[in-house]
Amino acid sequence: MAGTAEAQKQVQDVTGEYKYGFVTDIDMDMAPKGLSEDVIRFISAKKEEPEWMLEWRLKAYAAWLKMDEPDWAKVNYPPIDYQESYYFAAPKKKDGPKSLDEVDPELLATYAKLGIPIREQEVLAGVEGAAKVAVDAVFDSVSVATTFREELKKAGVVFMSISEAIREYPDMVKKYMASVVPVRDNYFAALNCAVFTDGTFVYIPKGVRCPMELSTYFRINAENTGQFERTLIVADEGSYVSYLEGCTAPMRDENQLHAAVVELIAMDDAEIKYSTVQNWYPGDKEGKGGIYNFVTKRALCKGKNSKVSWTQVETGSAVTWKYPSCVLAGDGSVGEFYSVAVTNNYQQADTGTKMIHQGKNTRSTIISKGISAGKSQNTYRGLVKVMSGAEGVRNYTQCDSLLVSSECGAHTVPYIEVKNPSATIEHEATTSKISEDQLFYCRARGLGEEEAVAMIVNGFCKEVMQHLPMEFAVEAQKLLGISLEGSVG
Amino acid sequence: MLKIKDLHVNVAGKEILKGLDLEINAGETHAIMGLNGAGKSTLANTIAGRDDYEVTKGTIEFMGQDMMEMEPHERVAAGLFLGFQYPVEIPGVSNLNFLRTALNSVRKLNGEDDMSAAEFMKLVREKATHLNMDPDMLKRFVNVGFSGGEKKRNEMVQMAVLNPKLAVLDETDSGLDIDALKTVAEGINVQRREDTAVLLITHYQRLLSYVQPDKVHVMIDGKIVKSGGKELALELEEKGYADVA
Repeated sequence: MAGTAEAQKQVQDVTGEYKYGFVTDIDMDMAPKGLSEDVIRFISAKKEEPEWMLEWRLKAYAAWLKMDEPDWAKVNYPPIDYQESYYFAAPKKKDGPKSLDEVDPELLATYAKLGIPIREQEVLAGVEGAAKVAVDAVFDSVSVATTFREELKKAGVVFMSISEAIREYPDMVKKYMASVVPVRDNYFAALNCAVFTDGTFVYIPKGVRCPMELSTYFRINAENTGQFERTLIVADEGSYVSYLEGCTAPMRDENQLHAAVVELIAMDDAEIKYSTVQNWYPGDKEGKGGIYNFVTKRALCKGKNSKVSWTQVETGSAVTWKYPSCVLAGDGSVGEFYSVAVTNNYQQADTGTKMIHQGKNTRSTIISKGISAGKSQNTYRGLVKVMSGAEGVRNYTQCDSLLVSSECGAHTVPYIEVKNPSATIEHEATTSKISEDQLFYCRARGLGEEEAVAMIVNGFCKEVMQHLPMEFAVEAQKLLGISLEGSVG
Repeated sequence: MLKIKDLHVNVAGKEILKGLDLEINAGETHAIMGLNGAGKSTLANTIAGRDDYEVTKGTIEFMGQDMMEMEPHERVAAGLFLGFQYPVEIPGVSNLNFLRTALNSVRKLNGEDDMSAAEFMKLVREKATHLNMDPDMLKRFVNVGFSGGEKKRNEMVQMAVLNPKLAVLDETDSGLDIDALKTVAEGINVQRREDTAVLLITHYQRLLSYVQPDKVHVMIDGKIVKSGGKELALELEEKGYADVA
């Protein structure tokens, strides 16, 4: 088995195909296939949830049944049979691991294969004096290793799986969950409410600057298992937190559904920086397989002068449907969206943001860089909305598209709704093809064709990449190169 | 070092080079002079291996290797440098990052390890200082917002860092004021050694006052029609191409 996996990996390295496509062999404790009230009861029981949570899930399920799958995005995929998926899979274990020694070595090996930085592996391995990057490792639905909780606890920071939070902080969860993304917000959000299996809860108390970057690695591992993550981050008055999220997924033939919900809430003068590197399996060169990534991410800048900054590097998934947004309710609040979306082969991405200006003197910045290669389709879809009571709003939007092949598509769909005449809205958009002159110049200085493309593309994305925390920036740069391999020539 | 025999090259279906012969040995500096449209830049691009320059006949041999079999970056690794007539801007990529990636890519192709960051910085600073380049320019994006002279100077810094065996310099002197011309000439002269060669492609005799060539070739309509010593350049300047050829 190990030999086969090794051979598979070598082949992939040689062919330049998805490098993280491997499957870890761990016994699964699965719910029956398909979706029903019984499956939801099974999930809730498995998570040892209180009754109110089960009721909440069942209500969401009832709502979902009456909703329709959205079809307005510029993506095409065969109809999803929701009864053909598994909604719960967790590594089998008797009791929770007491220490990292008890963590399945295969899990640790998986982290190594994922290319998780050595420093963070050390953290995972519990090496003394390792860097303070807390990793709440979500391995197939259940958190198996949580580190640095003690140190965070000293600062008063709560950083735990959402399942634990439901048990330990029920009042806070009840108060904030679905307060930003309502249960019925959209089809996929409602589905998530019904069946979410794990995720992360973060609370930063008043005036606390979170002492470390928080990062979570998500990974799908079971055949036919949808991944329904739920993240809830609450930053209390004057606090600050930087949260990193990164994903890779194993190679798979069948399409896998991923429908996460992320909610951020920033009180007065609080700041949340949320960075994502998304590298789910994109499907093969013929467009077979790959993850369907239907994500709802939204932030509520509730307090005065609060700030939320989304930075995303999206290179994976067969289909991406994702619009990290900011509701700027507090006066003087700030929303930012920095995005790089790369599509290659037959990938389809429809991504962007919504900036809803409700408060006075609220400001937003949108920088989107779309790179299309192969036969892919890459769409920026964004809304800037200024409510009538919002005086002195400012928005700056810049959408740049870079075409690497002649068979791909780049689309920009900006929506601007302004109901207050004092607003200043700027929108700039460019579309260009990767320049032969630039490619040849790089090659005439010794760069191979793919290196040349990676360099030009990284330059094109510079304005976004510089917003990534250091831990991610280097990885993300490499990822851009890997994602575009085989896109030229 | 470089042997070109009976080279025919088509660009967009049209024959531009029509049987060109040229041989350059180590330690030599040659100049090719000719009017616009004679095929000078086509020759430079073909030597460097640019796509769309279709060799229909003839051979190019560099350091004993058949160049036709080599990708552009492999030619660089073998020791070729092309100085561009119009250096290209690469937004978002700093000069330093560009140079370091280029240098390490070449080293890798030659089976060498990456140069350490400290060693690299020392090398670049030394070369930049020698060519009177403001060190801040190294941090700026490749050629973005550079004046014509700054771009050409930047080419010289790149050449100095990559330290090629053969430098093919395409109109490196065009658009330069006298001070910049002297600096560029200085950069070229430093590159002239016993084990290296330089091919200057130029319109004018001007640069050749500062970089004295061993041989001068006159190119007309895709062929070299006359070759001689450095005095040929002066003759061209005096009499014009029509009379000399």
